[in-house]
Amino acid sequence: MYKSEDFAQELINGGYDFFTGVPCSIIGNLITNLTDRPDVAYIPAVREDAAVGVASGAYMAGKIPVVLMQNSGLGQCLNTLTSLNLIYKLPCLMIVTWRGFEGKDAPEHLVMGRTCNKLLDTIGIPHHDFNHDNIKSLINMSYKLVTENKEPLVLFLKKGIIE
Amino acid sequence: MNYREAITTITELLDDQLVICANGLISRETFTIRDRTENFYMIGSMGMASSIGLGVALSKPSKKTIILDGDGNLLMNLGSLPMTGSLRPGNLLHIVLDNEVYASTGNQPTISNVIELEEIAKSARYVYVKKVATNEDLRREVVHTLKNDGPSFLLVKISDKEEQREIGRVTHSPEQIKERFMSAIDSKST
Repeated sequence: MYKSEDFAQELINGGYDFFTGVPCSIIGNLITNLTDRPDVAYIPAVREDAAVGVASGAYMAGKIPVVLMQNSGLGQCLNTLTSLNLIYKLPCLMIVTWRGFEGKDAPEHLVMGRTCNKLLDTIGIPHHDFNHDNIKSLINMSYKLVTENKEPLVLFLKKGIIE
Repeated sequence: MNYREAITTITELLDDQLVICANGLISRETFTIRDRTENFYMIGSMGMASSIGLGVALSKPSKKTIILDGDGNLLMNLGSLPMTGSLRPGNLLHIVLDNEVYASTGNQPTISNVIELEEIAKSARYVYVKKVATNEDLRREVVHTLKNDGPSFLLVKISDKEEQREIGRVTHSPEQIKERFMSAIDSKST
């Protein structure tokens, strides 16, 4: 498994310099690492839409933001994504944990678990999946997509890829 | 004091401050009264003005950032108050125009007639909190909060009923609003 510390470093090396979000157990260590690092700030958000809003403001003030959340949070920020980010062309990288993948999770995760990727297809937000071998390449590619297309990009992260 | 008077008073006191205008009448009225490149007009994502403003303020600490919010907007994203109060950006000024209704959709009541939003801001650790109801007090408090560090919170009680009238819509496209706002931030950081 990839260490959260190394994952955070890849994001920073990749060019990202503003971090906010809402925790999920899958990215618990990653958020702790980002919070503890002296070289970047992690802004704890109270809700996922607030995180996307803060990230959008940070982008306009010159940052390249990352928003971290669980896929349940996609529902919370749907209106912000559709009526702010997609129409103003305000980009951010969204690292979204994929709870409920293949129906193996607690009941509250199952509906979003089988629909979160289709939900993004429906509103027109591109997405890719992390696996054990593509972390560095996906992060580097994401920076290019986010800064050139000026739209949100989701990278799904399933359980068991980072620790 | 009505909406138009309050926004006129506030915008007259501005020079190069960044302003995030909440969606609905606040953006439309501000655009009509004094369009500036430093104004970011929201047309959707209701509630998010306070979060967007927080992101700008945190990322550009050398610039005063003003959030021009409404009571309905703030009530929709009340969690932004403790986020701001915990992070304490000194350059943030949060002005809430409180008319106790959703004016953009035809004056349906909010709940700010019984909920004291300024008390919530105090609990959320804003450094300076004031409630004003007259144009004279508004002018004095805007002058004060523009000069002094915050985060500051001004609750502006709008008492006069809005007469039914046509207010123009923001004619810039969302992308244009963003591009010129970003250029205004850039030109001010050099």
